Amino acid sequence: MTDQCHMTIHEAAGHLKSGAATSRQLCERVLARIAAVEARVNALSHLDKDTVLAAADTADRRRAAGQELSPYDGIPLAIKDNMAVHGQPCACGSRVLAGFTSPYNATAVQKLLDRGFIPCGRTNMDEFAMGSSTETSAFKTTANPWDLTRVPGGSSGGSAAAVAAGEAIAALGSDTGGSIRQPASFCGVVGLKPTYGRVSRYGLVAYASSLDQIGPLTKDVRDAAILLETLSGHDPMDSTSLNQPVEDYAAQLDTASARGLRIGMPREFFDVTGLAPEVRQAIEDAAATYQGMGAELVPVDLPHTKYAVATYYIIATAEASSNLARFDGIRYGARDQEAGDLLSTYRKTREKGFGLEVKRRIILGTYVLSSGYYDAYYNRAQKVRTLIREDYTNAFTSCDVILAPASPFPAFKVGEITDPLTMYLADIYTISVNLAGICGISIPCALTRGGLPVGMQLLGPAFGESAILKAARVFEQQSPLAGKMAEL
Amino acid sequence: MSKESTDQGLDVRYIADLARIDLSDEEIAQFQKEIADIIGYVKLLQEVDVAGIDPTAHAFPVVNVLREDIPRPSLPREAVLANAPATIGDDSIRVPAILPDEEEGA
Amino acid sequence: MKYEAVIGLEVHVQVRTRTKVFCGCSNGAGDEPNTNVCPVCLGYPGSLPVMNAEAIRKTIIAGMTCGCAIARYSKWDRKNYYYPDMPKNYQISQYDLPICEGGEIPIEGKGFSGKPLTPRNIKLTRIHLEEDVAKSTHLGKYSGIDYNRAGTPLMEIVSEPDMHTADEAYAYLTALKQAMQFAGISDCDMEKGQLRCDVNISVRPAGETKLGTKIELKNLNSFRAIHRSIDYEIDRQIDACEAGEPLYQETRRWDDDAGMTTVMRSKENAHDYRYFPDPDLMPVTVTDDQLDTIRADLPECPWSRRDRFVEQFGITPYDADVLTADKALADYFEAAAQGVKNAKTVANWIQTELLAVLGKEGKPITESPVSAGHLADLVALIEADTISGKIAKQVFAEMLISDKSPKEIVKEKGMEQVTDTGAIEGMVAAVIANNPKPVADYQAGNAKAIQSLVGQVMKASRGKANPQMVVQLLKAALD
Ligand SMILES: [Mg+2]
Ligand SMILES: [Zn+2]
Repeated sequence: MTDQCHMTIHEAAGHLKSGAATSRQLCERVLARIAAVEARVNALSHLDKDTVLAAADTADRRRAAGQELSPYDGIPLAIKDNMAVHGQPCACGSRVLAGFTSPYNATAVQKLLDRGFIPCGRTNMDEFAMGSSTETSAFKTTANPWDLTRVPGGSSGGSAAAVAAGEAIAALGSDTGGSIRQPASFCGVVGLKPTYGRVSRYGLVAYASSLDQIGPLTKDVRDAAILLETLSGHDPMDSTSLNQPVEDYAAQLDTASARGLRIGMPREFFDVTGLAPEVRQAIEDAAATYQGMGAELVPVDLPHTKYAVATYYIIATAEASSNLARFDGIRYGARDQEAGDLLSTYRKTREKGFGLEVKRRIILGTYVLSSGYYDAYYNRAQKVRTLIREDYTNAFTSCDVILAPASPFPAFKVGEITDPLTMYLADIYTISVNLAGICGISIPCALTRGGLPVGMQLLGPAFGESAILKAARVFEQQSPLAGKMAEL
Repeated sequence: MSKESTDQGLDVRYIADLARIDLSDEEIAQFQKEIADIIGYVKLLQEVDVAGIDPTAHAFPVVNVLREDIPRPSLPREAVLANAPATIGDDSIRVPAILPDEEEGA
Repeated sequence: MKYEAVIGLEVHVQVRTRTKVFCGCSNGAGDEPNTNVCPVCLGYPGSLPVMNAEAIRKTIIAGMTCGCAIARYSKWDRKNYYYPDMPKNYQISQYDLPICEGGEIPIEGKGFSGKPLTPRNIKLTRIHLEEDVAKSTHLGKYSGIDYNRAGTPLMEIVSEPDMHTADEAYAYLTALKQAMQFAGISDCDMEKGQLRCDVNISVRPAGETKLGTKIELKNLNSFRAIHRSIDYEIDRQIDACEAGEPLYQETRRWDDDAGMTTVMRSKENAHDYRYFPDPDLMPVTVTDDQLDTIRADLPECPWSRRDRFVEQFGITPYDADVLTADKALADYFEAAAQGVKNAKTVANWIQTELLAVLGKEGKPITESPVSAGHLADLVALIEADTISGKIAKQVFAEMLISDKSPKEIVKEKGMEQVTDTGAIEGMVAAVIANNPKPVADYQAGNAKAIQSLVGQVMKASRGKANPQMVVQLLKAALD
């Protein structure tokens, strides 16, 4: 029998249903696993065991009375530290939010609670989701469970590592430019970025509002489908949440087939300098696997790909410079009490509260919006964004899903990349998906010779989650990684 | 403060002032270079022909997302003040003196 | 050299809605501090704004009232600057696509100085909707903040630089305030901060078309302060021009006690607001049909109502002006005027009696001890000859202290006019019998002598005899 901490949501649900496990046992096992490995992995930034166990007992009582909220009632999940959970801190990997307690639940969190999921641990992240490695977290750098000297990816690195290390059954992350999919690929787990507007952003601390989206990091595709269905739906508290029907994504997986599936292969994605040969090989092998199962490979063009990183770093930092203005030590969080006057209080609070990468992006974003530069940068980037969206619209006329790397290379060493621009350029495969607002999933597809997971992305059109989940499920059944996990 | 003419027209000190962040001289020097590099890179967009292209402000063009004028519960004041770094009595949030010449209005 | 001042006003008016503009908190700025607040209006991490439909509808009504073009498409932008009363350190506002553009407000009557104005229309640039900021209280070394007001829907109404005197600015503000009150958008109580005004002002040699150096005036807390500050600033700027001193584009603060302006912020410290479209909010569109629906229910604006009062009720333009100065007063007059034959009588009673009493007690018309219905009843009693005008004043005095209708009062106190011929004839006979001298005088040809006899009869009737009948019957008995 699988160790309970390595179970998927649907396996755990089976155990809870059959009586093979109680929620208390499940949560205790996960907490024990955290106790055993967290010192090495550093996936969590906050954990309140008592609350978890109290919630587990409540769930067990409900189930005993035949009143379980859903098949998942009593299953613990880790939550990225940028989503509001009532009564818990929400530090976003930053010193500036020290002492802050959220007085409300994010809509996504509320939807989990409504089904009986138990928030169990807040996961470490790059500060305000600005980073690709968790190295910008003010608290600690999370280690990659497959190789503790390497990063787990980011910004949802804590979530990905927690899932890979068995510190969580599954986790929530957020994805602004690849922050779910890239860490999922580094840690050998499944990560889904839903279509923009599919999942409410209410309660997700904004990095770049027009790009942010909450999504699941899970051990398999079925769990991603279960969580997507749980999280999705229109929210009157989020004006950008779209009113589209929610599908039973998990049930759809049972009939998934590659036969006749048209898989787009963007030429531009394979021209990228810095694409590691092992990653290229893994994607080509995956394409061949699909072909072997009856799928058709279709070359497609995404001609504005080379502008995606530049477009993203203008739009995202501009929005961030404004979104992060509220962290000033006035109403909540850490105020520099020695500063004296008001202006110094702002300046010192923000100097001490923010890390280097956050400051860098705030400065960049402030600059591109500053007087005289708006048209040259922000307005132009928004127009190029239109072209990038149109690229995908055109591509999806000739294919059902697009196959792509998740990152040009597997997990890198902690401290290996220091130049910010080099770090940004590595987002090339994930970023355009956020700019276009479409959906994407990253699933493990190979191990490098050095034993590191390689992820591949399947991209779908807006509200095409069903298509990418099915395509992912088909591959998962054939995956060379089946049953392999990080050894700690 | 004035915008000094530097590479990319970037004056980190002026921008940091707008963003209300104190930076050390070393940080200013570091950012001046790094951000100028990034700006140099994003100028790549200038080669794109964007004539006649509408800007994308939202991923999907939806309009009139409105709420009815119906009150919802507010937060308990204790919770609001508990999060505040400094308070006055049990009803207000305390901040360093706001000087008249900083007054804004709306 | 002669100089001309050019004045433009930027007026902020709070919109009366049940909830705030982007969250469901009650729109109650004056409640217990920090009780009408939530994650959204406190700018808590993760919170998002959602637009209040009623705030948009009211802004459209304001625009229609002022003859603005209503935008079929408008959007939300962020105005970025740091200030403790602004929870997110950006204000959600409208930059390049406001809900209302253009429009004009007619001014007439007198300015603050009492001088008559040449009636004309003051042009508007735009009206946009934004969120109000919190209220701060300055306590020496520190300040206290109450976020109840943060997120109150706020309209910014910007005029063209279209006024030339303090009187015009005063008349414009008065008309604007009336218009907002009439449209049910705001009470515009300046003391409560429901209406706030900044002034842009410059001077130039008469005949010059280029604008002079623009100076912005802030901290204007009353209409009087606005008037005084403009007069002061025009003089200061003209003096500077005449002395050949340069003027700088700057923001100046009005000191009401000292009666002067001082520099608050020079242009070098001007803000760089970094406006950009708010990604959290979707644009607003309206169709012609929706606008037609709103227009069909549009409340009458004060200047239309003024004209209608003259036409419909036959009152003088001056009376109409006084009666439409305040929406509640206009409503009161109109309600009272409905029940009488001659509305002019109602207009007179309101102006000479009712407003005098209210003025003495410092009460608004909404707290009038005499309802419009009762005032109408009173005038109707006069018109029906049930009571005389003189008795009516006694009845009115009684109405001020009781809730009884004038009819009840008249009945209870037996104040009806005596119109019974027999009763008056009896009194007439008695008066003739007891006053031989005036009777003789009258019969000798002194027509005036009858007055003293009339007075005697009225006295005998305790004022209730119908005076016309008394005269008639006296003449009949004596001639
Ligand atoms: Mg304004
Ligand atoms: Zn609120």
